[in-house]
Amino acid sequence: MSTRTPPRGLPLTAAATGLVLMATACAGAGGEASGGGERVVTVATVANPQMEDIESLIGEFNDQHDDITVEFVVLPENQLRDRVTQDIATQSGQYDVVTVGTYEVPIWAENGWLLGLDEYAADPEYDIDDIIPTVRSALSYDDQMYGAPFYGESSFLMYRTDLFEEAGLEMPDQPTWEEVAGFAAELDDSDTAGICLRGVPGWGELLAPLNTVILTHGGQWYDEEWNAHLDSPEVQEAVQTYVDLVRDHGQAGAPNAGFTECLTTMAQGDAAMFYDSTVAAGNLEDPESSSVVGDIGYVAAPVAETDHAGWLWAWALSIPSTSTDPEAAWEFVSWATSKEYHRLVGEELGWERVPPGARVSTYDIPEYQEAAAAFAGPTFEAIENVDVEQPGLHPQPWTGVQYVAIPEFQDLGTRVSQEISAAIAGQQSVEEALATSQEYAEETAESGGYRD
Amino acid sequence: MTAQTTPGTARGAPAPRELTRGERWGRRGPLLPGLLFVIALTQIPFLFTVYYSFQDSNLLRPESGGFSGLANYGAVLGDPLFRNAVVNTVLLTAGAVLLSLVLGLGLALLLDRAFLGRGVVRTLMITPFLVMPVAAALLWKTSMYHPVYGLLNWVISPFGVRVDWVNDFPLLSIILVLAWQWTPFMMLILLAGLQSQPPEVLEAARVDGAGPLETFRSITFPHLRRFLELALLLGTIYIVQTFDAIYMITQGGPGQATTNLPYFIYLQAFRAFEVGEAAAAGVVVVAATLVIAMFALRVVSSLFEEES
Repeated sequence: MSTRTPPRGLPLTAAATGLVLMATACAGAGGEASGGGERVVTVATVANPQMEDIESLIGEFNDQHDDITVEFVVLPENQLRDRVTQDIATQSGQYDVVTVGTYEVPIWAENGWLLGLDEYAADPEYDIDDIIPTVRSALSYDDQMYGAPFYGESSFLMYRTDLFEEAGLEMPDQPTWEEVAGFAAELDDSDTAGICLRGVPGWGELLAPLNTVILTHGGQWYDEEWNAHLDSPEVQEAVQTYVDLVRDHGQAGAPNAGFTECLTTMAQGDAAMFYDSTVAAGNLEDPESSSVVGDIGYVAAPVAETDHAGWLWAWALSIPSTSTDPEAAWEFVSWATSKEYHRLVGEELGWERVPPGARVSTYDIPEYQEAAAAFAGPTFEAIENVDVEQPGLHPQPWTGVQYVAIPEFQDLGTRVSQEISAAIAGQQSVEEALATSQEYAEETAESGGYRD
Repeated sequence: MTAQTTPGTARGAPAPRELTRGERWGRRGPLLPGLLFVIALTQIPFLFTVYYSFQDSNLLRPESGGFSGLANYGAVLGDPLFRNAVVNTVLLTAGAVLLSLVLGLGLALLLDRAFLGRGVVRTLMITPFLVMPVAAALLWKTSMYHPVYGLLNWVISPFGVRVDWVNDFPLLSIILVLAWQWTPFMMLILLAGLQSQPPEVLEAARVDGAGPLETFRSITFPHLRRFLELALLLGTIYIVQTFDAIYMITQGGPGQATTNLPYFIYLQAFRAFEVGEAAAAGVVVVAATLVIAMFALRVVSSLFEEES
């Protein structure tokens, strides 16, 4: 800077303008992944341990298919969803195999973005009938399977058997939410929270467990005519139960705690109960990440009015309709979701790492039964008991449990979860949160054209 | 600053000879590719953003698309959540910039003095600015703010107080993280300003009997003026775009308490996949930022001009 006084405002403003434009404009730009060439299968996967295991075992696949090269694009869940949606919606065709969940499969299938897999999967060696029926139906649209399940999960209640014994409490095989609230009050002390429940906004965070609570209390998001019912007494009661439970006896900092935070809290022995995904069990039973190995009991998701209350989620491998080589893509998909692959993981990496909740036959393998003794049974039962067509008391015009399977739900669910998270933080009452949520839901039904 | 000055612009030198046309292009020519590159990189995406802001485009609905006029702008400006995000952005930016500016000035004044180990202290002070924003946010979320094992609560617990920082003061929590990150930046700029003060002037002030406070007010502060302006402007422009801390710590919650404009746009683009509305919101934000940046600069400049 010279010591003279030039008109300073201008150059600075110009520089500032450039910076603003650059930063704002770049925010929306996506990246490029490598692809193309002969018999190259580009796979977009979610960065979790089971998916990373595929990468380490890909050598086996290459031995059988030396003409196919598999390239992985590994991303965290949210980014994967953003990237894959952009790729598929704009028909840019970077990926030959994408990892999607039960929420996306029927919506994307309806849009014609995915290839039906029944024809490919008819090969008896693949044994499509071995796939757990609830998982298969969650990954189907119009009776055709559009995603091959890589692993599946449901939800159940995890509790500390040692604390329950100390307090002289007994956990029933299928507790009600009322009983759970009672246990939480009993076991809540300054060191240990009574229960850990998700509170962080997000349709895939707070709403996943909360929706199962709503459904089991007889509540619903929409009826068959797409009228929203978020301000009904049943939903009111369910959300109040959840919010009171987490406010009175839940973990500290609940409105910012999601699955990961609760898993850590539970693994460190700071909570007596934890209602969440069945995949949490693998971590809680792993001495490297948990200080409570062997002290955890697993029972079915707490209920109120319905017989079962678990959710259902599965990560599936799907082939986008833009794939340049669907045959090669199916070679990979069928390998990664086969019985043979499950055995391979067990033998090479350890039996507790076998992807759970995808195939019935996995649960008949003696080595797996032994390695996953504590949670394999409850996981399988939880998944098998889910009714994805009608999880609550009322019929619903979509398939799925912890979400409404419409494209708008990612937005609607995020907004509703923000309102309820504010109720958990004590910023507003449950009635206020639900009144606003009801408006959002009505608006969505209207603008999405679901109602005539 | 002792950057290379072209011969002729130094003070007291004879006025520079007019360059011929050829000579001028000889100097500009090599810069052109760089200039074109920057223009392409910054302006083309922006033009696309403008284009999309006039389209009815939702990625999840293949049948959507087509010109929609100003509908997206109407939808965005009429959205109470957008207006809430504007308010949050203003509070967040003003709070974080002012706090880090004041702290940065204080630290710069302290570091301007010579003492043993100054180099080490300065390096340590700069560290927060070098930490990746995502890592910094995660660090604050778990090791500082956590209501059970956070350091902040550990410090105040002897007084019998326990605060759930992020829930009770969501916006303040984010402001503190940003201030922690940006104080070193402010400090660096202001320290450069302080160290560029001519020692003779300070010496003369002391000889004339001015105390440290008087010296600061009459000499140092006016000298720092331009550095303060620069720090304020750059800080504002960067902090307006805060995303990492909000994404990592609060996800915009509880409720809408910490949803700022970038996070709002993110939700529009990647939760609702409303590309058109997200683009419209982006254009509105750019326009507003430009206006504010220019306006703020004018105000600040004239204010200081009058004072000195």
